[in-house]
Amino acid sequence: MITTPLTKNVHEDRRVVLVEDYEANGGYQGARKSITQMTPSECLQVIKDSNLRGRGGAGFPTGMKWSFVPMDNVSPGHKYLVCNADEMEPGTFKDRLLMECDPHQLIEGMICGSYTIQADIAYIFLRGEYVKAAETLSQAIKECYAKGYLGRSIMGTNYSLDLYLHTSAGRYICGEETALINSLEGKRANPRAKPPFPQVSGLWGRPTIVNNVETLCNISHILDHGPEWFQELGIGEDAGTKMYGVSGNVQNPGCWELPIGTTIREILEVHAGGMLPGYSFRGLLPGGGSTDFLVEEHLDLAMDYGTIGKAGSRMGTGTMIILDDKTCPVGMVKNLIDFFAHESCGFCTPCRDGLPQTAHILQDMSSGKGESRDIENLERLVKFIGSIGNTHCALAPGAMEPLQSAMKYFPEDFERHAKGKKCNYCETD
Amino acid sequence: MPTIVIDGKEYEVPQGENILEACLGLGLDLPYFCWHPAMGSIGSCRQCAVIQYQNPEDERGKLVMGCMTPVQDGARFSITNEAASSFREFIIESLMVNHPHDCPVCAEGGECHLQDMTVMAGHRDRRYRGLKKTHRNQYLGPLIHHEMNRCITCYRCVRFYKDYAGGSDLSAMASHDHVYFGRHEDGKLESPFSGNLVEVCPTGVFTDKHLVNDYTRKWDLQSAPSICPGCSVGCNTSPGERYGKLKRVHNRYNPDINGYFLCDKGRFGATYVNSEKRIPAVGRRSKDGLFDAIDSSQALTDIAKGLSTSKVIGIGSPRTSIETNFALQNLVGQQNFCTGISETETALVSACIEAIKESGAKIPSPREIERCDAILILGEDVTNTATRIALSLRQAVRNEAFNMAEGLQLQSWQDAATRMLVQDERSPLFLASPHATQLDDIAEGIFNLSPSNIAHLGYSVASLIEGKKDDAAKKTDANDYGNIAEALLKAERPLIISGTGVTDTSVIKAASSITSALVAKGKETYLSLIYQEANTLGITLLDQGQGPSLSNIFEQGENNSIQTLIIVENDLYRRAAKHKVDKLLQAADQVIVLDILDNETCNQADIVIPASSFAECEGTLINFEGRAQRHFPVFESKHPCRPSWEWLTEIGKISSNKNMLEWQCFDDINKACSESSSTLTGINEVAPDRKYRVGGRKIPRQPHRYSGRTAMVANLSVHEPKQTDDTETPLGFTMEGHSGDRPGELIPFVWAPGWNSNHSVHKLQTGSEGELKGGRSVVKIESKKLIQSKQQVKSVNQNNDQDHFIAVAMYKIFGTGELSSQSPGIIELCESESIELAIEAADKLGVSNGDGVTAHGVNGTVDLEVKINDSLISNCVGIIQGMPGAANINPGEGLSLTRSENWVRRSEIISSDQLGGKNV
Repeated sequence: MITTPLTKNVHEDRRVVLVEDYEANGGYQGARKSITQMTPSECLQVIKDSNLRGRGGAGFPTGMKWSFVPMDNVSPGHKYLVCNADEMEPGTFKDRLLMECDPHQLIEGMICGSYTIQADIAYIFLRGEYVKAAETLSQAIKECYAKGYLGRSIMGTNYSLDLYLHTSAGRYICGEETALINSLEGKRANPRAKPPFPQVSGLWGRPTIVNNVETLCNISHILDHGPEWFQELGIGEDAGTKMYGVSGNVQNPGCWELPIGTTIREILEVHAGGMLPGYSFRGLLPGGGSTDFLVEEHLDLAMDYGTIGKAGSRMGTGTMIILDDKTCPVGMVKNLIDFFAHESCGFCTPCRDGLPQTAHILQDMSSGKGESRDIENLERLVKFIGSIGNTHCALAPGAMEPLQSAMKYFPEDFERHAKGKKCNYCETD
Repeated sequence: MPTIVIDGKEYEVPQGENILEACLGLGLDLPYFCWHPAMGSIGSCRQCAVIQYQNPEDERGKLVMGCMTPVQDGARFSITNEAASSFREFIIESLMVNHPHDCPVCAEGGECHLQDMTVMAGHRDRRYRGLKKTHRNQYLGPLIHHEMNRCITCYRCVRFYKDYAGGSDLSAMASHDHVYFGRHEDGKLESPFSGNLVEVCPTGVFTDKHLVNDYTRKWDLQSAPSICPGCSVGCNTSPGERYGKLKRVHNRYNPDINGYFLCDKGRFGATYVNSEKRIPAVGRRSKDGLFDAIDSSQALTDIAKGLSTSKVIGIGSPRTSIETNFALQNLVGQQNFCTGISETETALVSACIEAIKESGAKIPSPREIERCDAILILGEDVTNTATRIALSLRQAVRNEAFNMAEGLQLQSWQDAATRMLVQDERSPLFLASPHATQLDDIAEGIFNLSPSNIAHLGYSVASLIEGKKDDAAKKTDANDYGNIAEALLKAERPLIISGTGVTDTSVIKAASSITSALVAKGKETYLSLIYQEANTLGITLLDQGQGPSLSNIFEQGENNSIQTLIIVENDLYRRAAKHKVDKLLQAADQVIVLDILDNETCNQADIVIPASSFAECEGTLINFEGRAQRHFPVFESKHPCRPSWEWLTEIGKISSNKNMLEWQCFDDINKACSESSSTLTGINEVAPDRKYRVGGRKIPRQPHRYSGRTAMVANLSVHEPKQTDDTETPLGFTMEGHSGDRPGELIPFVWAPGWNSNHSVHKLQTGSEGELKGGRSVVKIESKKLIQSKQQVKSVNQNNDQDHFIAVAMYKIFGTGELSSQSPGIIELCESESIELAIEAADKLGVSNGDGVTAHGVNGTVDLEVKINDSLISNCVGIIQGMPGAANINPGEGLSLTRSENWVRRSEIISSDQLGGKNV
C-alpha cells in the first residue's frame, strides 16, 4: 500500500520527475479513471468521502468547497480552477518541494479537479521567486499538451482543459484566494468582500475554485485509490498524509510527508533530529508565521486541524518555526509583524495603519526604547486588529496570532523590554 | 418594511438598505468614510462598526460593519455598545497616525468630514509615538490642488474617478501604509468630473485650487441656491461668496438632476463673475471710440426717449433668464424681439420641440436616464454639450450589472462585489458621431458617420423597429443596425439621445421616428434632446416663433430700417458671421448692449450697461427637459451693476410701457410672464416668492459662524455694518433666520450639528439618494403646448463634392461656453481656435498639427490652425464651436480647404516651462 503518495516519486537528488517516469509509476491513472469512467458528481462524491481538507492553512473540506460550484448550465460560460502556488507564508516550503520535484502530480490533480467542477480553464498562480518551479511546471505543461492530457478532447473524451502558468508579481496577500483572483485579473491584489464567494463569482466574475498545491496533489491519488485508502493514511480524525516541515535551530531542518496527526514531538525530535547542541526549545509556531505559539506542554499533541485548534493555535501550513532560548520572542514577533505590516494590501484601516503601529512599538521595545504603557497598547492593538470581522480579510488577525500568544507564553520577555531594557538576543539598531 | 432594533429601540427601515444608510436615514449618527450614498459600500475604512446580536439571548454580539450588513427583519444592533464605540475610536486613531495636524491651514478645515468623524468617534489621545509618513504632492492641473499627506486611504477618490465616472488617469498606487492616490505623472486630471473629488474626498487631499489660492472658510461663505448656467442640464449648485467675490461652487443636492455630482464646467466655470472683464460702469462711446462712464439715469432716459421715436429691435439671449428676456420682449414688443439664437440653431430647436410633440416619448431627468437600459445616441457629443448627462449614462449602462447582481442576491450597494461579478458586462449603448467621443469606452457599438449618415442610421433603425424592410435598411448595415433595433426593443426603458449639437435637423427627425416606432410597439420610451445653452428651450418657448429671426434682423439692418438695437447678454459675434454682425451694428443708429463681461459686441455699442451675473440676481431657467428652476442672488450686485430685467423694467417705466409700469420687483415680472401665455404657466411656482417666511423668518444665506464678521471692515470702522435687507427673495443676507426643513429650492448650503461637511446633506434627506425632507417644487414646462410657426430655413450651401469637406460642429467642455471660458483655471484649459482634420485630409493638404489652413466657405475665408483628429471621418472637418471665428463657418456647409502659406506656427511649448510658474 502506498503510504507516501505525495512524495513517492521524488528522487533522492531532487531532480525533476519526467512524464515518462511519472506515467510508469502509475501517473495519470487517477485522471484517466475519473475522466473516462466517472461523472463529475461521482468524482466529487469520492473527494467528499475522502475527508480531504485544504492544505493551504484554513483546512476547509475540499469536497464541500467544490460542491458550491454551480453545476447547472443555467449560466453558460467559463469556470476556472486556480492552483494557489503563491507560497509566501513565513517558514513554509512544502509546495516548493512538490512542484520542483514532481510537477506532473500537481497537473494531474488539477486535471481531475477541473473535470470535477467542469472548469475549462485552469491557472497555476506561482510565487514569482520560485524560478525553478516555474521551469519544471512549464516543461511539464508542455509535455501534457503533447501527450493529450491537456488541450482539446482529453484522453479521447469530449472534455477539454487549458492550463496556464502565471508567475506572481509578488505579494504575500496574493495567497488570499480573492486577492489572488484580483491579481490574476491584473487588478490591485486586494482581497474581495465575501459573500459572494469565488465558487460563485470568482475570476472574471465566474465560478472559480482556488486550491493549494498540496491539496491538489492529493486529488489524483484519492480518485485512483479510493477514499477509504486515503482515510486510512491519517492517524487521527483527519485523513491522508501531510507535508510537515521544521525550520529553526534544529539538527535537521526540512520537510517530510507523514501521516496527518503525527505528534509534534515526533516531527521535531525524530524527523528534525531535535534542537541543535547549545539550544533549547522554548516554543514553536505550528503552521507558519501567522499561527499562535505553542510551547513545551503541547509537544505531544497530534498535528491535525482539530487538535491544534483546540490548543489555541492553527495547524496552518503544517510547517513549524521553532523558537529557541537564544532568540528573543519580542524580536521574533517584531520581525514577523514587520513582514505583515509591509505585506498589508492597504485596503482596510486596522491592517494598513494598525500593523505599522504594532511594528513601531515592537521596534522601540526591541531596541531598548520600550515604555511601560507598551504592553497595554499592544494588548489593545491585538484586541482591535486580531479578530476576524474587524478587518477585511484574515491577514491582520493572522499577523496578531504570534504576538498575542507570545505575550501569553513569554510575558517576562515583554515586561523586560517594556522597562526600556535591551536583551542579548535582539538586534539593537 | 423590515423592523430592526438599534440600542433597544425599534425602527422600521427600508428593505434592501444596509445598516449604515438605515442609521443615517433614521437621523442616528454613525461615523463612516468609504461609503458614499451614490457609490455604495466596499467595507474598507471599518469606521461604521456596530454590534450585531445573533439572537434574543445574545448579549455579547459580534462586531460588523454597518455598510456591509443588510437590514433584516428582527435584527438587533447596537451603536453605543462599548466594544463598537471603542473600535470606532481606534479606527480614527489609526487614520490619524499619519494625518498632519494642519487643520488651521487646510482648505478643508471647517467642512471636513474627517474632523467631524474624529469628534464623533471620540478620539483624543494619540498613542503612536513614531513619525508621520509623508508624500510628494502632484500638479493635477489648474482646477484641483493635491495634498497627499492628508489622505486617510478611504479609496473614495478612485472609486468615484474610475468606477463611477470612468476616468483612467487617477489610481491607487503602492500598498500597505504607502498607498498613494494620484496620477502616474504630474498633469491635469483628464476627467470632466474631476472636480467632484473635492467633495468626494472626506478630507483635504483634493481641494478646489481656486478656493485654496483665495481662501475662505465655509463658515464665512455666503451662499444661495443656484442653477448652473453652463449648459442645458440645469444642475443645482450652491455658489459661495465672500467680500464680493465668488469663491467656489459646490453641488446642491437635487435627486432628479445632479444628485451628488457636478461637471467641472459647472464647478469651476462660474468664477468669471469675478473677472476683470466685468463691465465696470454705464458707458457711452465718445467720438474717439472710447467709452465714458456716464450716470445711469441719464443713459436710461436717453434710451427710453429713443424707444418712443424709432424702430427698435431687441435681441435677447439663451444664456440668461426667462425674466430678462420677457422684460426685453415687453419693452420692444413681441414682433421686435429676437431670441438671439442663430438661424441654424433655431431650426434645430424647433425640430427638437416637434420631435417631442410627435414622438409621444417621455423626457427623462438625468436620474431617469440612469434607469434606462438601452441607449442610442445620435450625433450629440453629450460629454461636451451636457456633461452631467454623460455621468448619468455611465450609470445607466450599469443596469445590466444590477440585474446580474440581483441573480446572486447582491444588493446594489455592494459595489465592489457587483463590479467583480459583472466585469465588463454593460447594458447596451450605441453611439453615432462624426468623431470619437468620451463615451466610446462604454459603448457596445460605435458608428463614425457624417451627420447625414447618422440620420440615415436613425431612419434605418426606426424601420427595423417597425418591422419594415425598406431601402433605408440596406443589407450592408442591416446586421449592425439590427443589433441596435433589437437592443432597444428588448429593453424595458429604451432611451434615444440627440440634440442640436450635431446641427442637422434630419438627425433629430430620425431620433423622433425611432422613438415613435418604439412607442408604437408599446415601449416605455425616453427621448432626451440636448440644447446648447442654459435657457435655449426657455427663450424658444417665450418667443413661440413669433419674433424675427437673426437673419431677418440682418436684412432689416441692410435696409436701414433699425434705429435702435438693444442687445441683452449676447455676443452676436458668436452667433453669426463677422461681416453680417459688423454690418448690422453699423447700420443701427444706436446700439445698446447690456452684458456681464466685455466682448466684441460691447465694443461696437453706443451705450453699454453692466448687468448682474447669475450669482447676483434672481432668474428662472428652463432646462433640456422643460424643467423650470430658479437661481437666487448669492450676493448683492456691485454698484452700478443691476440685473438686466431691472434695467429693462426701468427703461420701460420711463417710457411709460403700460405692461411694465406695474412691475415692482422680480416676482411681478415672473408672475406677468407666467400669465402671458399658457406655455409658461407655472414658472411662478418654481420657488417660493419674496414673501415666503417660516415662523416669520427668512432663510439665511450665511451659516452660523464664529469668526467675527465685524473684522471684515475693521480697517474702516469697528462698528458692524448693517446687513442689507433682501426685499426681492425669501433669503436674507444674514446668518439669522430659519434653518430647519425648507423647500429644496431654498437650501443655500448644507449643515447640521456635528456635520459641517457636505455629508450633512443626509440630515436633509428622507434616505440616501432620497427626497428632501422639506419637499421640492417640480415645474415642468410642457413644450407640447407650444404652437410654433414653421421656421423657414434656407438650406445651407452644401458643396458635398470631392474637393469639399463638410464642416461639423465640435464642442469642448472648456471653451465652447461663452462665459465659463472666462473663468480663471478654465482659461488655461481652453484650446486655441483650430480646425480638426482627419489624417487623410491633412495628408492631402500637406499639413500637420500646428500648420494653418484657409477655409473657404459661404462667409468668405478664414485661417485656422490644424489639429489632427484621427477619429474624424475623412470627408468632415471639425469646427470647435464658441471659439472666435467659429461663427464664420456654418456647420453643415461645404468648405474648400487650402494650405495657408503665410501661416506662422506658434512656438513650441515645453511642458516643464508651463509648470514653472504654476501654483502646484
